[in-house]
Amino acid sequence: MYRKMVEIRKFEEHVWDVYTRGWMPGLAHLYIGEEAVAAGACSTLRDDDYITSTHRGHGHCLAKGARLEPMMAEIMGKEAGYCRGKGGSMHIADMSVGNLGANGIVGGGFGIATGAALSAKTRSTDQVAVCFFGDGAANQGVFMETANMASVWNLPVIYLCENNQYGEHTPFQAVTGVDEIADRAHGFGMEGTRVDGSDALAVHDVVRHAVERAREGGGPTLVEALTYRFRGHHVGDAAPYRTKEELEWWMSNRDPIELLGREMRRRRIATQAQLDEVQTEAETAVVAAVEFARQAPYPEPEQAFEDIYSE
Amino acid sequence: MTQAATTDTNERQLTYREAIIEAMAEEMRLDETVILIGEDVGPSGGIFKCSEGLFDEFGHHRVIDAPISEAGYIGLSVGAAMTGLRPIAELMFGDFSLLTMDQLVNQAAKIRYMTGGQCQVNLTVRMTMGAGRSSAAQHSQSLHALFAHIPGLKVAVPSCPYDAKGLLKAAIRDDNPVLVFEDKMMYNDVAHVPDHDYVVDLGTAAVRRAGSDVTLVGTSSMVGVALEAADELAALGIEAEVVDPRTLFPLDIDALVDSVRKTGYAVIIDEGVQRYGATGEIAATLQEQAFDYLDGPVLRIGAADVPIPFSPVLEMPTIPDTARVVEAVQSQRRR
Repeated sequence: MYRKMVEIRKFEEHVWDVYTRGWMPGLAHLYIGEEAVAAGACSTLRDDDYITSTHRGHGHCLAKGARLEPMMAEIMGKEAGYCRGKGGSMHIADMSVGNLGANGIVGGGFGIATGAALSAKTRSTDQVAVCFFGDGAANQGVFMETANMASVWNLPVIYLCENNQYGEHTPFQAVTGVDEIADRAHGFGMEGTRVDGSDALAVHDVVRHAVERAREGGGPTLVEALTYRFRGHHVGDAAPYRTKEELEWWMSNRDPIELLGREMRRRRIATQAQLDEVQTEAETAVVAAVEFARQAPYPEPEQAFEDIYSE
Repeated sequence: MTQAATTDTNERQLTYREAIIEAMAEEMRLDETVILIGEDVGPSGGIFKCSEGLFDEFGHHRVIDAPISEAGYIGLSVGAAMTGLRPIAELMFGDFSLLTMDQLVNQAAKIRYMTGGQCQVNLTVRMTMGAGRSSAAQHSQSLHALFAHIPGLKVAVPSCPYDAKGLLKAAIRDDNPVLVFEDKMMYNDVAHVPDHDYVVDLGTAAVRRAGSDVTLVGTSSMVGVALEAADELAALGIEAEVVDPRTLFPLDIDALVDSVRKTGYAVIIDEGVQRYGATGEIAATLQEQAFDYLDGPVLRIGAADVPIPFSPVLEMPTIPDTARVVEAVQSQRRR
């Protein structure tokens, strides 16, 4: 988990670098500060379990098993990318490891994840689906529709709300009628739990419990992970809508990598030197991925006209 | 191109509705991943009785009564299609498709493309279309052209029981999202439907009546209007050829061009609102590809430029009818 979180952090730092150097087109929504949610949750899943991701999805994809090179290549719009350059940062998918895709529509994953859970149940497998979504998506109507169906049909899906406290520029309290999104679970007829989203071990425990129950036919769960994004909504957003004090408090007190590293040292699972080595290895791997992606060729323009329909 | 289904009374006759049920039942027997989901599709058999008997045969795991959550259950169908099922989703009224636009347009139509071809969305969405039942503006629209506009979707508009079965079976087997529009005024139409397993390939037009003087392109129930108009025109000495595209996308433009090459004139009749509609698209494509064969402008006849009114006295004038087709053909030749 620690290694995965560091990998995500390094990856995102390099996406920032790649973006500001002009090596990638489009938009980049960074996951820095939220790594514990993806890593904690996906560490409870099998390769054949499903996830749906969001516009801020790099962390989910990496945590569900995406490799660095095709991730970075996709972000740069290259043929070697997961989507052969057709999806970019907001649409990375890797069906081979159950990643049904990041989604550019806020709340776009609710239907797909719940449908995957319906499929798993109908096919009598014990697969589960985890639907990552943000506090912004929690206010989309389709959340109510799909959560209701998951509840009434007892589907193996976990709705994992990453409450990073801002929907784009707007504080979630300003647009949300409950203090805790997890409270909405009662209205759907399912279990709801809020967890410290900066604490990877806590996320792991809560999601593992939900996944086990879903696998055993116990139905859906809503998990709200309270977290914070250390960067703006996207690269280039200086986030003037947040106070400097607030940002600094979260960065110095609730950095998920720092917290997990401290816990590992406390439990004598790893020394600082070992943790440093993980950081160095991740940095080297991401630098190699950036280099790979930069060297990788763009798709042929004619490929724009492929993959629209399945033949 | 294929010829119109025969009306030989010695052969088995089915209603358009029965043909739809038979198509779904046959596909569900052949492929256990095919499921049906929609409002009231279960034990009640649907408001239009288009799933009668399916719940009894296939059970609640495969014939699923959905809550009144169109966006939600179309969204579920997309996810299910991506992960090993082959869903048929029913929207009771085509008007309700507007609640599902994100699921159909942003998700179903684009996921294969956005992921570089990693997956397919083998989803069939059945929905009704057509006015004429005093159902007013939110239960009468014909919205097929809206979806034909979207890359990634296919759109079928069966005009007879034979096609209702054959096109639906093709849609279910297709590995893409296919929207099948059923004109609710045709559910009781009766015609020959073979009891064997057949499909009507998407993108294959049918000549419903041969003629040499003008091509009438009709979609869905407007094929019937075109055929009636053709009879009236024959009495006036004008032999109309009636061509049914059967699917708006893929569109069998070659068949339409072939017909116009023979007749020199074309009138397009479709029940969607005329402006920015299917009639305009087909007319524009014909003038691009058949300009040299045309002896007059391609004319369009679509629904009037108004929300569909309730009172029959108000409603009927908004829908294309035989008189308008006859008049259009005559005016075309006077130019």
